[in-house]
Amino acid sequence: MEVADLTITKARQGLFKKEFSAVELTQAFLNRIEKVDKDISAYLAVLSKTALDQAKEADRLISLGTEQPALLGIPCAIKDNILIKGAKCTAASKILENYQAPYDATVVAKLKKQGAIFLGKTNLDEFAMGSSTENSAFKTTKNPHDIKKVPGGSSGGSAAAVAGGMAVYSLGSDTGGSIRLPASFCGTVGLKPTYGAVSRHGLIAFASSLDQIGPLTKTVDDAEIVFKAIAGKDPLDSTSVEVLKEKQEFNIKNLRIGVPKEYFVKGMDPKIEELVKGAIKKYEEMGAKILEVSLPNTEYALPAYYVISPSEASANLARFDGIKYGFSDKEAENLAAVYQNSRGEGFGPEVRRRIMLGTYALSAGYYEAYYLKAQKVRNLIRNDFKKVFDKVDVLMTPSAPSLPFNIGEKTKDPLSMYLVDIYTVSVNLAGLPALSMPIGKVAGLPVGMQIIGRAFEENIILKVAKLYEY
Amino acid sequence: MLSQKQVQQIASLARLNITQEEMKKYQEELSSILEYIEKLGEIDVSSIEAMSHPGELKNVFRTDEPREEKSAGLIELAPQKKDGYLKVKSILKKEK
Repeated sequence: MEVADLTITKARQGLFKKEFSAVELTQAFLNRIEKVDKDISAYLAVLSKTALDQAKEADRLISLGTEQPALLGIPCAIKDNILIKGAKCTAASKILENYQAPYDATVVAKLKKQGAIFLGKTNLDEFAMGSSTENSAFKTTKNPHDIKKVPGGSSGGSAAAVAGGMAVYSLGSDTGGSIRLPASFCGTVGLKPTYGAVSRHGLIAFASSLDQIGPLTKTVDDAEIVFKAIAGKDPLDSTSVEVLKEKQEFNIKNLRIGVPKEYFVKGMDPKIEELVKGAIKKYEEMGAKILEVSLPNTEYALPAYYVISPSEASANLARFDGIKYGFSDKEAENLAAVYQNSRGEGFGPEVRRRIMLGTYALSAGYYEAYYLKAQKVRNLIRNDFKKVFDKVDVLMTPSAPSLPFNIGEKTKDPLSMYLVDIYTVSVNLAGLPALSMPIGKVAGLPVGMQIIGRAFEENIILKVAKLYEY
Repeated sequence: MLSQKQVQQIASLARLNITQEEMKKYQEELSSILEYIEKLGEIDVSSIEAMSHPGELKNVFRTDEPREEKSAGLIELAPQKKDGYLKVKSILKKEK
């Protein structure tokens, strides 16, 4: 059975037309992972046994023949910073190498309720801090389109699993572009939902005011199916809300697309610019109105992000103390040494770098110059979007300034790695939804376009994206 | 440029053991990142309110009902434990 190109819709048809069983489907994916993943390294753990058990149960439900949820019997992959009860959850960090999740993340519980099949846990930059998946403590994931290139990050394993045909869909998390960048680099669809649209309960926290979980899929239709399955208010995440805006009339002739001029500046690959402008042109031909707009504070988004996210990370990662769970230096001579040695050895270089950056930005004497200032700039960036969304319905931009780069190319200079997020971080600062979808290739490597919408208007973004795809 | 003393101070505030060799590396890297962040100094934000969060934050309440704790198994994750408690190094010195 050929499973590499299966979408959710096609897999479901096959299951319900009895062309194959969920067990056969799952086994075919496990075989493919066995064959392909030694070159790609998308997975940190493959959950063969539980996946096949879930498949058996799915087959039983399918045989009942009644109305069944959209994701029943469909095999997926989960980023290894999202908890599945009983499975290891490492966040690709040595400090959590042996951590076994004691409960399900809300998104996982919701997928389980639909009868989803979990093939395994995918690789990421340690604690989701990175743009290439090279910061994993365990392995480097390769781009399925060219194994010399990075898959993007931090959800690189989730993107490579889908692009490499090793899962029908996957879940990732996005703090500054960690779903959209790997989606763009690997040629998949990736949706970062509005802040609060999806529960963060059971997601290992990186920067709590920025983190969101979202789907990586082969088609926009699939992204919509998964998003609907995981969205909604959750009593276990008090920042989650019910997604309200559902029924809106949509007509491409009334659609106003904004093209922010600050996203098309020198430094970006001209071939990417050409592809993105070509895609926008297609929308114009379909009848949409294209307007050049300005988000004047765009250049301050990345520096603000690299104050705010490490600050929140330094606070969130204080919980890793070598006492409650995770790696611990048991030979340390006193309590302070337990903390320092466990954290010093357990965290990798990039995580330590960000903890130190955040600690500095929050420390007495520097708080106002860095953290408070960045929070004010954040407000300016949000206001830029507010103003622009009075005039347009969606924004279209490149997802990344460059093509997938070589493995090892940017690891020596952390700042050059940070600059890869230049088109994605503003969206997290403002809490908006955005999708990256493939629009073509340059030199055999995928290029993604980003569509940004108003808060809780994922449905508009998805409708707009579908028009291009079909 | 951060001094090595400053880097040591930050590491100790963050409870991170770093080696002398790493110290030099972090000194350079953190300084270069901070230099980039200095860009924020270009804009006047004196009249702008700080924003900590993108959501419309409201207090969330729940009814005060007894419920089963889900803590079973959490203690099991601790590296060192005794009689159902977390075990830590002693923090008070015995009088001699």
